[in-house]
Amino acid sequence: MSEQRHDSRFVILDMPPKEENLNVPGPYTRSPSLSPRTNTTAAPVSLTINGKAVQVPPGTLVIEAAKQAGIEIPSYCYYPGLTLQGACRMCLVAIEKMPKLQTACTTVVANGMVVLTETEDVKNARKAMLEFLLTNHPLDCPVCDKGGECELQDAVFRYGAAETRFMESKMHHEERQFSNLVYYDWPRCILCYRCVRVCDEGLDVNAYGIGFRGAHSEIIPNQGEKLECEECGMCIDICPVGALTSGTYRYKTRPWELTYTGTTCNHCADGCKTTLAVRNNEIIRANNRDHSGFNGEFLCVKGRFGWDFVNHEQRLTAPLIRKNGKQETRTWEEALETTVERLKGILKEHGPDSVAVIGSNRTTNEENYLLGRFARTVLGTNNLDHHRTADYSSLVGALTAANADRRYATIDDIAAASSILVVGNDPTHQHPLIAYQIRQAVRSHEAHLYLLNSGEIKLQRQAKQSVSIPTGGEADAIRTLAGQAGSDELAKLRESLAKESGTIIIFGDEIRGKDVAELVKWGLTLPGQTRFVALGDYANSRGAADLGLLPDTLPGYGSISDAAARANFEAAWESKLAETPGRNIRSILKGVESGEIRALLVFGSNPAKTFPAVKDHLGKLEFLLVAELFPTETSESADVVLPATSFAEKSGTVTNTCGQVQILKKTMRKAGTRSDLEILLALARMMGHKWNYRKADDVLREIVTKVPGYAIALPNLLVGRAVQTLPTGTPPALASNDLVFSSRDSLFTSGTVSRYSWALNSVDEAKKPHGHIF
Amino acid sequence: MPGYNNPMGNSPLEVKVISKRFGVPNNTSLDVFVQHDGYKALKKALASTPEDVINTVKNSGLRGRGGAGFNTGMKWSFVPKQSAKPKYVVCNADESEPGTCKDRPLMEYDPHQLIEGIVIAGFAIQSHQGFIYIRGEYRYLLDIVDKAIAEAYAAGYLGKNIQGSGFDFELCTHTGAGAYECGEETALLNSLEGLRGYPRIKPPFPAVVGLYGGPTVVNNVETLSNVPHILLNGPEWYANLGSPKNGGTRLFCLSGHINRPGVYELPMGFPLRRIIEEVGGGVLGGKKLKAIVPGGSSCPVLTADEIDVNMDYDSVAKAGSMLGSGGVVVLDEDTCMVKFVGRIMRFYAHESCGWCIPCREGTSWLKHLFDRFNAGAALPNDPDTALDVSMNILGKTLCPLGDAAAMPTISILKKFRHEFEEHLKLGYCPHEKKAVSV
Repeated sequence: MSEQRHDSRFVILDMPPKEENLNVPGPYTRSPSLSPRTNTTAAPVSLTINGKAVQVPPGTLVIEAAKQAGIEIPSYCYYPGLTLQGACRMCLVAIEKMPKLQTACTTVVANGMVVLTETEDVKNARKAMLEFLLTNHPLDCPVCDKGGECELQDAVFRYGAAETRFMESKMHHEERQFSNLVYYDWPRCILCYRCVRVCDEGLDVNAYGIGFRGAHSEIIPNQGEKLECEECGMCIDICPVGALTSGTYRYKTRPWELTYTGTTCNHCADGCKTTLAVRNNEIIRANNRDHSGFNGEFLCVKGRFGWDFVNHEQRLTAPLIRKNGKQETRTWEEALETTVERLKGILKEHGPDSVAVIGSNRTTNEENYLLGRFARTVLGTNNLDHHRTADYSSLVGALTAANADRRYATIDDIAAASSILVVGNDPTHQHPLIAYQIRQAVRSHEAHLYLLNSGEIKLQRQAKQSVSIPTGGEADAIRTLAGQAGSDELAKLRESLAKESGTIIIFGDEIRGKDVAELVKWGLTLPGQTRFVALGDYANSRGAADLGLLPDTLPGYGSISDAAARANFEAAWESKLAETPGRNIRSILKGVESGEIRALLVFGSNPAKTFPAVKDHLGKLEFLLVAELFPTETSESADVVLPATSFAEKSGTVTNTCGQVQILKKTMRKAGTRSDLEILLALARMMGHKWNYRKADDVLREIVTKVPGYAIALPNLLVGRAVQTLPTGTPPALASNDLVFSSRDSLFTSGTVSRYSWALNSVDEAKKPHGHIF
Repeated sequence: MPGYNNPMGNSPLEVKVISKRFGVPNNTSLDVFVQHDGYKALKKALASTPEDVINTVKNSGLRGRGGAGFNTGMKWSFVPKQSAKPKYVVCNADESEPGTCKDRPLMEYDPHQLIEGIVIAGFAIQSHQGFIYIRGEYRYLLDIVDKAIAEAYAAGYLGKNIQGSGFDFELCTHTGAGAYECGEETALLNSLEGLRGYPRIKPPFPAVVGLYGGPTVVNNVETLSNVPHILLNGPEWYANLGSPKNGGTRLFCLSGHINRPGVYELPMGFPLRRIIEEVGGGVLGGKKLKAIVPGGSSCPVLTADEIDVNMDYDSVAKAGSMLGSGGVVVLDEDTCMVKFVGRIMRFYAHESCGWCIPCREGTSWLKHLFDRFNAGAALPNDPDTALDVSMNILGKTLCPLGDAAAMPTISILKKFRHEFEEHLKLGYCPHEKKAVSV
């Protein structure tokens, strides 16, 4: 639509536009009949548009057929994936044998149809519509947030109607604040109802309605003056003009002053693509600007607004060293030298088993890989773990054992699924994109959603069947489903699933350890190609497991006790690896308490908050290193605190909960910070190890060649696509179930970083009680 | 049926079919209605087949009295015989076209006639649920119609197993909330479903996908009131009452500058000149005629020279206007057409639902333009602009409301352009002696 969006001046990572698989509006209670479905299996329909022969599946709309032919038909109310409106009349085209101009967005193609989009009548109609729109639309483009990327501006530029004959006074209403993040400027609104529809159909929130009538119509929020919603900001993103503006972006900049970098969101484990817009080393906005990637235009409140922690004033920007009981600001050299000196001393005196490393759920794959190498070769210990939020190891082990190692579902698979079973978890809060994709599957092709949950979750509204089970009863329910007996509800569910084909089973931390194997075993008995998704918490919890931040598992799920798996990395790392599994995270923290662990290195994690019991014992450590963005409960006790970079300030890759690798691109700099990768490289060098990496790409190349399952095509990754990994392996069984537990984040929380986000804390909804532990 | 005094006006030229019971004392009660041939047609219909009923109505030439004039039997025949979803009959009693007041007496003086027609329509398409959607401003009619429905239920003309035929039909009323737009059939269906009164995209038409997604017949009050008489007297009788392809009679609502305003039932094809001069008794005060709105405010106006036209759908269309809803408004020589078009546009701007751009912005623009013109700030190019804006609305809106606003405006701007010029030249309104330009 907008030429400027694809302007080469903007650095947009992803070139290939998203495939328009959403051109089929779904069933919609308001007017079910308005939703023609394309039938891709039937013989194609042939028509000509502006003399160009086009072949499309039956049920395609003329506007989509034209798009395929490379012919643009302007529109405002038409939006792929949303129900049809026929309201803006911008897409009027001439169709032979039809007396009046027809809206291309509501007309379904027919064989032999002759469509003309550039006749004088059509041009005049477009011009007339624009003239109408501009009658009450204020021409405050110079100060409007949308100026430069406004669909109305673009259309007027392109189709004329810049001169107006409107001599009357324009109607005006004062701007309204719908929430801290959403503002509504009535005069700018062209009433395309995209916001109303996306909130209703896409988000199932229904926060918008329409008030008053005729030229006085306006968009109104659902709760009096305020929006009561998920604050996702989709309405702002989808608004073609500057009617809905963002509380964090408004009046800050002009869009052409920003530098755009396509990267991956760093909050939950779904891994939405996002474009960070930066000016003067400050993120101004995040939206998935080119709608590429599996999330299209979707971002949740965290993705769209929750990046402001990056610029928070409490960000650590200089290393801290404890001197006489007080943390003091020191230089990087001194901090690293102190660390190396202390580590060397403790290793020499107490041996490698007195040292332990806790990794992060957010650091990049490259950093995780290097952290493992650092612990295992430089420190010589397998005392390495992270807060596991999903049992990926058991899933990989179970699928490998069942010889079904291709049964990992991707995010796109979820949207295309015909049957989905969600066990535990609350995707609406913990996995907003997956919840969005599930709803989309239900809406666009009537997928059947089955739920097995101990709580009341919002997805029940889309569910065909929702079975309520006692807290902690998920695994038992699966065993019951696998058997013959059980309650009527479970029997009905068993019966329904037996009629489905290709069910995607999505499960949360409720299923872990041996239960995963049972779930997989039962799941594979279902008809069709059953696929699985384990739901973890943060941007790279999957990557942390995949890249071996585990005491007993090497990158790629080889057991540390397996000589062949060890040999692979011994060759790559030119070091001998200890074959005994190290301490897991609970054991490490017990060791801290008992004094057996004398030095602890914590990278991007906050164990004092996750495992509160350990907080009082951190003082017993001889040396505690914390690499973090912000002061945390753990860093308070640290001897050395290293200011780390955030996701926006480093490059690398992350793996989402479905095992899809995506790229993280350095967007800006933060003075005084270093990435975990740089920290690890420096520490290794100072500890006397010669590593041949200079930047993240070097590490990625090694990962691709050395880590089983990670042999991914780098060009795909580099152009911004999500590349699926297919890990196989026989990792050791989960030592105890309490090693895996989710933080139960809400839509508005995201571990430490969300505490420092003004936007996330500003919305009323965030202040309501949630079950999360951070 | 002479002798009865039609409270809405009487004329010896009338051919009384649907208005024949107007003025019968206590006709709203079931007993009186039955004494006057009430529910006979229903019994006859129930004894025949749905196909026969549809064919009878089709052959009678009955055309929709709401304004569009589509053959009613044809409309019914579009309803699929087999449907997974329930079928519905919806009576459009959202009469709100300015100048039209024919459905009101039909419900006020003969509600059972309407109910009978609805049940027959239900039988014809094998629907088991009907609704009467009454405009919000007609609340007082609600009591009358509701009482009649209750009586019909009690007497077995509604409900389960109607008159022992095995046919079930439920009927209830629903009121609008005051929106002209809800007279458009799909907006009416949305309103009936509890949604905002916005029109739906057509196709699909309600006959296939209508209320709650089920096949739905939406008919005007007058249309349905005609049905019992067609069944009772046969299609030929009915067709012969009117002109070719325009069966029966129709209620004309005479208003404006006329001596005897009222609602008169006249055969289709009755000459317009005779309506004004003979039925209505001529222009009020013996003044000269300036213009006629032949079928409600949405129709292009006819000048005094154009009134030699027979009032049926085809003839009026040939004359460049529409038969519409039967609201004949007479404008005398002292009427200021500039003011008249401004008044019309105030109505449409107020009633535009706001769904689609040309109607929402266009009517509002024209309203402001005409208001300004009349308020003394007229500009020389205003008539051109107004004409152009109207042309840009015409044929480009989702529902006919936009056309309804544009058509009379265009006709006035073309046929009475000289009045606009006169205003501009004089600097004041020659009729009101009020300044129009600065």
